[in-house]
Amino acid sequence: MNHPHHISRGALARRFRKFLPRESVIDRPDSLRAYECDGLSAYREAPLLVALPETPEQVRRALRLCGELGVPVVSRGAGTGLSGGALPHPRGVVLSVAKMNAVLEIDAANRTARVQPGVRNLAVSEAARDLNLFYAPDPSSQIACTIGGNIAENAGGVHCLKYGLTVHNVVAAKVATIDGGLLALGGAPDAPGLDLLALLIGSEGMLGVVVEATLKLLPRPESERVLLGAFDSVERAADAVAAIIAAGIIPAGIEMMDNPAILAAEDFIQAGYPRDAAAILLCEVDGIEADVAAQTAAVEKIFAQHGATETRIARDERERALFWSGRKGALPAVGRISPDYYCIDGSIPRRQIGRVLAGISRLAGEAGLRIANVFHAGDGNLHPLILYDAGTPGELEKTEALGAKILELCIAAGGTITGEHGVGVEKIGGMCTQFSDAELAQFHAVREAFDPSRLLNPGKAIPTLARCAEHNAMHVHRGQLRFPELERM
Amino acid sequence: MTDGADMESDLRQRVREAHRAREPLRIAGGASKDFYGRAVEGAPLDISAHRGVLRYDPAELVLSARAGTRIDEIETLLGEHRQMLGFEPPRFSGGATIGGALSAGLAGPRRPYAGAVRDFVLGVKILSGKGEVMRFGGEVIKNVAGFDLARLMTGALGTLGVLLEVSLRVIPRPQAERTLLLEQPNAAEAVACFNRLAARPLPLSAAAWHDGAARIRLSASEAGVAHAAAAIGGETDNSAGENFWRQLRDHELPFFTERRKLWRLALPPAAELPACAARAPQWIDWGGAQRWLAGDLDRDALCAAAAERGGHVTCFRHFDPRGEVFQPLAPAARALHLRLKRAFDPAGILNPGRLYAGV
Repeated sequence: MNHPHHISRGALARRFRKFLPRESVIDRPDSLRAYECDGLSAYREAPLLVALPETPEQVRRALRLCGELGVPVVSRGAGTGLSGGALPHPRGVVLSVAKMNAVLEIDAANRTARVQPGVRNLAVSEAARDLNLFYAPDPSSQIACTIGGNIAENAGGVHCLKYGLTVHNVVAAKVATIDGGLLALGGAPDAPGLDLLALLIGSEGMLGVVVEATLKLLPRPESERVLLGAFDSVERAADAVAAIIAAGIIPAGIEMMDNPAILAAEDFIQAGYPRDAAAILLCEVDGIEADVAAQTAAVEKIFAQHGATETRIARDERERALFWSGRKGALPAVGRISPDYYCIDGSIPRRQIGRVLAGISRLAGEAGLRIANVFHAGDGNLHPLILYDAGTPGELEKTEALGAKILELCIAAGGTITGEHGVGVEKIGGMCTQFSDAELAQFHAVREAFDPSRLLNPGKAIPTLARCAEHNAMHVHRGQLRFPELERM
Repeated sequence: MTDGADMESDLRQRVREAHRAREPLRIAGGASKDFYGRAVEGAPLDISAHRGVLRYDPAELVLSARAGTRIDEIETLLGEHRQMLGFEPPRFSGGATIGGALSAGLAGPRRPYAGAVRDFVLGVKILSGKGEVMRFGGEVIKNVAGFDLARLMTGALGTLGVLLEVSLRVIPRPQAERTLLLEQPNAAEAVACFNRLAARPLPLSAAAWHDGAARIRLSASEAGVAHAAAAIGGETDNSAGENFWRQLRDHELPFFTERRKLWRLALPPAAELPACAARAPQWIDWGGAQRWLAGDLDRDALCAAAAERGGHVTCFRHFDPRGEVFQPLAPAARALHLRLKRAFDPAGILNPGRLYAGV
């Protein structure tokens, strides 16, 4: 983007310190380094400066100032995102909401939590524990990730088939806009006019900055039980998942791991998974005790009917935690068998799983890279983990090219390039494949209705049409898809 | 999947012509909700012939249909596989289409426990105000690619696009349902009771109160329903059952059929009824979050009291459709509505003014 003038780091820091405490404005290059990247560390960029406002009013002043000066703004929660959505802009400000981390109110009667955006996901459920209530979305980073970041990305988790994504669990939000204004979106049970809250959620920080959110709290289930089923083919395991759902059971979570993922988890966590299984399913059912007992029996029977070589039912809380430990530790475990790994986030109709996994295996073979698959099997969200070594020249590029091909496979199977991690900077090329020019132009028009000068998180999530022309031309002209160093907008 | 007809190219042609001529269009489906929202002056654009279920795989919990498909037809198909629409869309006069259900964004008694209309929307295909065909979202449960413009269409009353196709998540039909009847003369007590129950892990699927009677519906396995019924108490309402909830959903109960002003007051479920509405006859639904009020009330006072509680007011039936019928928006939100309208429909031809003047 072109702006008439570029303000210097020092001059901008002085403007910010007029309304923020000295320590809340970070401008020393060595301190800025901590903000160079988010969870997608392959992409790095130092911002001009980092601001850490403590109040909604300070967020609004920061945005108004950036709006006036034409300075890009990248908002940031805990920086755990996996798509580079919080990658800084070299001429921009990182607006961290980390200091706005108060749970403002737990409303027991209405079963809501009013929180600031920097509150950690897990802290919401902790604050509601005494009332036997919880906040349902549970992304794997829930110990660290913030509600503000969850809203920006529409974060999911293991339990979304039954309990929904972030969009299903946010009641209302207050949002600061680039002109320093404040919008109150949503409401219980709904709001007049257009559903701007639904539009905000998952908008990757491009429409506004959340300064407060009201979240839905649910009663903790009376009972939970987890089953582990081992299968000698991925297809059989996938058929078992389809049969469970066709039988009218919505598990709280149903996860699949393939053999490489099982082995990686076993080598480091010893969850007791059968090492010779082609795939395992972890199926958790919850609810009132009577339903849980009936559903556990039904799932056990379905596993057997679909040729499970083994089925185990966790006998107690300790064993339940053990069953889950291998799945929850799968990514770190893969991180220990390979110098680096790259997590893909495609989403597909579940019936396509056998075909897509076979395709992924073929593509990986062609690229000469290994892949372990973990899969939110109930909702079709696939996480192939590509193992690579960033120290080997060219291997990251090879990995990214393989990732892009896997996502094209997901689109061809009727799916999408991102189920829950967001587009960010990482999958911006894939957007050109998934959407037409008219659709992308519509996204830009919506963005400009909120932010006419396009200063909020520029270069992320929605590619320019010019960029797509370049991207698509590459697809036509080269057999081997690659992502050269394209400039970010 | 079901018999239907593809009218997409005709509809696209019609919208393109209207865009060129800057001729307003009044989008119509089953005409079951003509009373809802503000009046639109425009040439009719009938989508009811663009109908048919396109894809449905019960094991995927996803159904895609053309917008003109009747809800009854969809429910029949889902019922064959023991599934249903989780948001229990009202039919009102009966011809209601799935496109109309999404556009209006109205949900039935199950809404607070199962989810709102938009919670079940996975994807849409629309015609913009320029007559461009666009798809947003898709047929997968999890999808965060691009802004969520599919959900934005829900409740927009056709002001941002003409719905051509919709993809919805569906849910299994519960094995068993039972309605409990509890005597409760006091409305505020009934609301407090609904909220206490909702904080417990019980399989509630509806909670409503009128004229001294609280009704609570339970949906689970046979054993689960029996267990919950014992925990709650009251008697089983054998006379009412499913028929009662259908009549409440479609406003067929006598309270709703009288020719008098009908107000929808949306509130946080445990909120107190505003004093200015204390004497109005009322039906409480959604466990307290949706309160229907009847008769002459001071609109400004009611809107102000609703806003104070975090809610809002809709002038639902028997109001002058040329005036504003939805809660007034704050100036910044109103300006944003106008900009979004222009972003989708620059000539202002799609259901202009149905939601608010200028939108």
